[in-house]
Amino acid sequence: MRYVKDVALVIRSKNAGPYELTFDLMFPDEATYNEVGKSITKDKIAALYQIEEEQVLSIIHFAPAYAVKITIVRPRPSGDLGETDVYGAQQHTPLFQLTY
Amino acid sequence: MTELRILSPTAILGYGFPLSSFEVGLEREPHVIAVDAGSTDPGPYYLGSGDSFTQRSAVKRDLRYLIEAALDRKIPLIIGTAGGSGARPHVDWNLAIIDELLEELKRTARIAVIYSDIDREFLIEELQAGKVQSLGPAGELTAEDILASTNLVAQMGLEPIMQALEEGAEIILAGRAYDPTVFAALPVLKGYDMALSLHMGKILECAAIAANPGSGSDCLFGTLAGDHFVLEALSPERECTRISVAAHTLYEKSDPYSLPGPGGSLDLRETTFEQLPGGRVKVAGTKFVPTDAYFLKLEGASLIGYRTISIAGVRDPIMIGQIDEVIARVKERVADNFQELKDYQLHVHCYGKNGVMGQLEPHPEPAHELGLVIEAVARTQEIADTICSFARSTMLHYGYPGRKSTAGNLAFPYSPSDVSAGAVYKFNVYHLLEVDDPKSLFPIKIGRRGYEIR
Repeated sequence: MRYVKDVALVIRSKNAGPYELTFDLMFPDEATYNEVGKSITKDKIAALYQIEEEQVLSIIHFAPAYAVKITIVRPRPSGDLGETDVYGAQQHTPLFQLTY
Repeated sequence: MTELRILSPTAILGYGFPLSSFEVGLEREPHVIAVDAGSTDPGPYYLGSGDSFTQRSAVKRDLRYLIEAALDRKIPLIIGTAGGSGARPHVDWNLAIIDELLEELKRTARIAVIYSDIDREFLIEELQAGKVQSLGPAGELTAEDILASTNLVAQMGLEPIMQALEEGAEIILAGRAYDPTVFAALPVLKGYDMALSLHMGKILECAAIAANPGSGSDCLFGTLAGDHFVLEALSPERECTRISVAAHTLYEKSDPYSLPGPGGSLDLRETTFEQLPGGRVKVAGTKFVPTDAYFLKLEGASLIGYRTISIAGVRDPIMIGQIDEVIARVKERVADNFQELKDYQLHVHCYGKNGVMGQLEPHPEPAHELGLVIEAVARTQEIADTICSFARSTMLHYGYPGRKSTAGNLAFPYSPSDVSAGAVYKFNVYHLLEVDDPKSLFPIKIGRRGYEIR
């Protein structure tokens, strides 16, 4: 078992519009992308973020950038009461616990 | 014309660009200079209030070079989502800056101003006629939402900007516009492939963010040909790589293979990204898939109250060990003391514990010191001030169990400790509107403006 963060070039989060939070994981080459990419599942993401699996909207594999994109429902619309991160730029660190 | 060249000076008008890069771009003889000025990223305040999230002097600095370069070379300058959110107050704010610059530069220009505000009564009729759809996790739209929004805009497609170009505009100042349109309007008008034009615009709109190393304040240059386009950075410090350009396709979107916009979606399933020498990247194969009906994305924000905050640190480990309990007790005291004021929200952000991730935080064990932001939002600024002040003084002197530091619980960096932070808005419209005519909702005001014209 290895940590995805040890092989990923990029692990980042950002709003995808005011209602969704999107995570990009990018890998250095096709082999790593293929090996790690297939291990990323909705149930793993839901567990890391302590959310229901239905809140994980999509996991999309994007070969041109050796990237995997994960999108979840934002805890609240951007800037709504109780907001902690308007841009959604610092919501990625639970992904450092992701293993493959 | 066998190729069409576009200079994108900066990611957002007002974010700046090095003049050295801009001049390299001008030497390549662009056919248009285009810049996106907006984003919903900074949150609902800017759309709701009508304020710009970029500073006036920074926008004026950028525009001075862009206007001079465009007028000198007789090429159009196109600005999209003026003032950050593209509602009428934002457009008029930006127009005043352009007028001021033309006066200072002693120049005149044929200027097209395209507004994107949506009439509330019209939208309620369209809602009742079933022409409005929800978008993703946003709920159903109601007439109350429409009436409550202080600014309500739709993202225009290519058509209004193409019309302004056909009418000979030298500077086009557009309200809320789908980001790629300011780049794609001229090539589509000249008969270039719409999918490639929009896809190139999609990348150019963030300028050198798509280069490596990325920058939001440097230029990107796009060259469009019949069946592909090529991107390049203009600073010797950065280059476009296959990965940097492909990766940008992911940025701030939920699905990189299908990018929806007015009238249809870009389909990237067949797109290829090819590295060329000299830090350039060639992109080809993107398709445009029109939707059966033409949809515009609506954006609105409404006022929810006024905010007051107080910032304080906590260092005492006995207090830190029971911080959640202390916050809960303070909230109870506030509620008990102001029983007649039910209509407020009191929230304590707890940095050092879960201030950044809130409920998503997997490790809410507190650090050795905590930063607290006590935040009250209420119907009036006075009520917000009152709630925040009372919560702050209650927490300062709260006698939690086992307390040894009986002189005070909070370390304030400032006097006064409380800040009245003003109006608070929320996004309350984020929906799709079906229209018959892509242009009818975007009136174009066109005429010569500038030096000694009044």
